[in-house]
Amino acid sequence: MNVSKKYFYLFAMTLVLGVTGCTKDSDFLEIPPNSIIPTETMFSDPALVLSVLGDLYNRQLDFSNFDQGWGSFADFSESLISDDGAYGYVQNTGWGYGAWGVDWKAAYTYIRELNLFIERDSASTKLTDADKARFLAEGRFLRANYYFELTKRYGGVPLILHSETYDYKGDPTYLQHPRAKESDMYDFIISEAEAIKDQLPANQNDKSRASKAAALAMEARAALYAGSIAKYGATTPAVSLPGGEVGIPASKANDYYQKALTAAQSIINGDAGPYKLYKVLPDLSDNFAAIFLDKSSVNQESIFITDYKALSGRTHSFTTNNQPFSVTDEPDDAGRIDPSLNLVESFEMLDNTFAPIPTVDGGGNPIYYDHPQDIFAGRDARLRGTVMTPFDQADPYRYKGAVLDIWAGYLLADGSVVTSGNAADQVALPGTTTKVQVVGKDGPINGVRYHTQTGFYIRKFIDPTIGSGRRGRGSDVPWIHYRYAEVLLNAAEAAFELGDPGTAAGYINQVRQRAGFTTDLTPAEITFDRIVHERRVELAFEGHILYDMRRWRLATSVWDGTATNLSDLRSNIGTAGKRSTQPWGLWPYRYYNPASPNNGKWVFREVLPSKVTGTNRFTLGNYYTFIGDDVRAANPKIVKQPNQ
Amino acid sequence: MKRNYRYILLFLACGAAAACSKDNYKAPAAILKGRLMYKGDSIGVERNQVPLQLYQYGFGKIGPINGTFSQEGAFSFSLFAGDYKLIIPNGQGPFLWNLDANGNPDSVDVVLKGSQTLDLEVTPYYLIKNTSISGGSGAVTANFSVTKVINDPATAKDIERVTLYVNKTQFVSGADNIAKTDLAGAGITDPSNISLNVTVPATYPAQSYVYARVGLKIAGVEDMIFSPVVKVTY
Repeated sequence: MNVSKKYFYLFAMTLVLGVTGCTKDSDFLEIPPNSIIPTETMFSDPALVLSVLGDLYNRQLDFSNFDQGWGSFADFSESLISDDGAYGYVQNTGWGYGAWGVDWKAAYTYIRELNLFIERDSASTKLTDADKARFLAEGRFLRANYYFELTKRYGGVPLILHSETYDYKGDPTYLQHPRAKESDMYDFIISEAEAIKDQLPANQNDKSRASKAAALAMEARAALYAGSIAKYGATTPAVSLPGGEVGIPASKANDYYQKALTAAQSIINGDAGPYKLYKVLPDLSDNFAAIFLDKSSVNQESIFITDYKALSGRTHSFTTNNQPFSVTDEPDDAGRIDPSLNLVESFEMLDNTFAPIPTVDGGGNPIYYDHPQDIFAGRDARLRGTVMTPFDQADPYRYKGAVLDIWAGYLLADGSVVTSGNAADQVALPGTTTKVQVVGKDGPINGVRYHTQTGFYIRKFIDPTIGSGRRGRGSDVPWIHYRYAEVLLNAAEAAFELGDPGTAAGYINQVRQRAGFTTDLTPAEITFDRIVHERRVELAFEGHILYDMRRWRLATSVWDGTATNLSDLRSNIGTAGKRSTQPWGLWPYRYYNPASPNNGKWVFREVLPSKVTGTNRFTLGNYYTFIGDDVRAANPKIVKQPNQ
Repeated sequence: MKRNYRYILLFLACGAAAACSKDNYKAPAAILKGRLMYKGDSIGVERNQVPLQLYQYGFGKIGPINGTFSQEGAFSFSLFAGDYKLIIPNGQGPFLWNLDANGNPDSVDVVLKGSQTLDLEVTPYYLIKNTSISGGSGAVTANFSVTKVINDPATAKDIERVTLYVNKTQFVSGADNIAKTDLAGAGITDPSNISLNVTVPATYPAQSYVYARVGLKIAGVEDMIFSPVVKVTY
C-alpha cells in the first residue's frame, strides 16, 4: 500500500467518525429506551396495563396453591405424605411459631407495587374512564385480598395504602408503621370490597380476573372470619394483645356476621351474575370431582380462579406428584398426598348419621366384604369425589382406565399376614407352590414412597387428561380461590351464628343435596358441629382447614399433641373438637382360607402407618404466626405476637 | 492411574493448607444454667415446651437467644461473657412471671463473667407435693397432694385435671407416654391425698421398668406442672 492511499483511508475514517459524532449532546441523552416501557406509555394502553396486572395476579397468595406445590396441601393429619424427606409432616410433634409465615420483604414489595399500580392508574390521562375504573378496582381487590391473607396469618399488620419512598437521609423512622388492629384489617377489607364491587364486571366468563362476585365472596369470607374471631376468641383470652393487633372484641361479632350474610346473599340472589352449584354429571362423585376440572362456561360454581394452560409453560405438577402409582405417567413421581382415614371416615352416611368405616361387627369380629368398595357403601358422594379408594371401579374405569390395586396382603386363617414390600416380589401362599402377587401395585406399603401408605389417593384436582401426569406437559387444572359452595356455607354459618338456623339449613342443604343427601337437615339439626363438619368435607384440601380451626379457636383441641388410639379414631366422628393428631390408614387384606366360605373376601384394618411417629400439637402461640426478629429489629413499632 | 493419585494428594495438601488458618473466636465457654424454683421446690415442666429468651444489647439488631426448659425445669446456655437480660415470654409456663408496667415480661439481668448458676424464682399456680409412685403387677399407682399457691382471685386458676403418665423412656409427658389416667379437677375430693392408677400396656421389647410422673393441667394455661420423673421397676 502506498503512502497516499494510507492517508486517504485515514482521512475517510476520520470523516466517518466526525459525521456520526456530531449528534448534539442533548439529543444523544434523549434516546428513548427500547427495553423499558416508561410509566406514562404503560398507562396509556389497556393491553399494556393488563400485562402489568397479569403479573400482579400471578403473585397472589393462598394457603394451598398449585404454584407452591403439593406441600401446601399436606399436613394437619388430613393426609400422610408418601415421599422420602417429607415425613416430617407426620414425625414432628408440632409447628414452629413461624409456620405458615410469609417473607415480609416480598410481601411489602408486592403491596408497594400494588399501591404504585393504583396510583399510576389513577393518574393516567390516556385510558378510557371505563378501563381506568376497572383496572383500579382490580388493583384494590388484589390489595385487599392480599391484606386478608396477611391478616389470616398475622392478625393486624401495618396497613400501608400509599407507595412510600426512602429519602436516603439516614433516618427511616417515618417509614416505620405500627401494626393496625385486627378488626381494622377486616374493616378495611370489607370496605374495599363494598367500594369496588360495582366497578367490577358481573361477568362469569372471565374468572381469572376479579369480578363483582369475587369481591363479594372475599367480603363474605373476611367478615365471617372476623365474626368468628370475635365470638370464639373469647374462649382463648390469652390469644390477644392489649392494642388489639390480635383479637377482636366479642361485641363486634354480630355486626360482622351480618355483613358476611349480606355479602354472601348478594351472590346467592344473583346480584353478581347467575352463579349456581355445579350439577352436570349424573354420577354425583364424578360431578364433585369435575367442579375442579371444568373450566368451560358450564361451570357456574367457580367464582375466581388462577388459570393454567397446557403446553404453554403455565402449568403445574399437582397431577404428576399425586397420581396413583400404578398408572403414573412419570416413573418416579406419584402418590404423595395420601388422604387419611380421619378424613375418610368423617364423610357421613347418606341418612345424615356419622359412623366409622365398619371394619368389625358389634362383637369385634372382622367383617368380610365381597368387594373392597362395599365398605364405603352408602356414604356422602363427596368421599369418592375427593379421595380415590381401593378398587374403585364405578365409572367403570376410574382413573385413566385403571382400577386402583390397593391391598396390603393376604390374611391367613391364623391371623398372620403374607405380604411383601414390592408388588413384583411374588410369594407362594401356604399349601401352594405357585407364586402370586401379595401386595397391591398401588400399596399400601409402609415407608415406600409414591405408593399410598394410608390406603387412599387424593382425587380432588387430579387431572384425568391424557399426559397431564407428565412433567413435560403438566396439568392445567385451575386453582379456585372462591367458589359458590363456599359462599353458601359462609352464608349458612353466618345465619346460624345470628340465630337463624332456618336460613342456615336452607343454604347448607343445597350443598348436601348435591352430595347425594335426600333427607334435608331440619333447622333444629343445624349445630356448630354440623357447620364445622360440612366445611371440612366440602372444602377438604382447598386450604381452609388451618384458618377455620384458627378462627374457631378449635386448633388447640383438634391438634392437642395427644396420640390417638383406635377407639379415639372410631368415636366422636362429626364432633367439632374431635382430636386428629395423627393420620390413620385403612388397609384392605384378602382373606385366604380355602376351607372357609369367606375365602377370597376382603377384610379391613385400621392402621397407624409406621412413618407416623409424631403427634400434631398446636399451641396458643401458633394461633398467630411469628413475626421475624429481623422485621421487628428493622421496625421497633411492630409488637410481638401473644404467647411466643 | 498413578497420575490420579498425585492430583488427589495435591488436592488434599491444598485443602489442608487452606484449612489451617486460625478461627477468629473461641467457642463460647461460659455456661449459664439454672432451674425453675419456688421456695426451694423445683418445678417440673414438659421438655422443650416452655421457652426462655436471652437478649444481649449493643450489637445493632435485636433478636433473642432462644432456649427451653428440660422436663426437670432446668436450662443451660453456652455463652460468651457479657451482659444479658433473661425473660420468659408472656403466656408461657405453668407459673406467673413478673411483668413490668406495660405488661411485658420483666427481665432478669445476668452479668456473665464465667460459668454461673442462676435459679429462676417463679410463682406456680399449684405445687405437686409428697409424690410417691410405685408399681406392681402391670400397673402404676401414684399418691400425691396438690397445694394451691396463687390464691389471689384476680390471677388464681382452677385445676382442669391431674394425669398420671407412664412411658417406656425417661421422657414422660402428654406427648411422650404409653399410658395415662386422667382425673378431672372437679373430681378431686381431697387435694391433699390424690391417688391415680394406670395399667401399663405390654411393651416391645418387654422391659421390667417404666418411667412415670404426675402432671397437673391448669384451666386456661397451656403448660402443665409435673412432679419429678420416677423409675418404677416391677
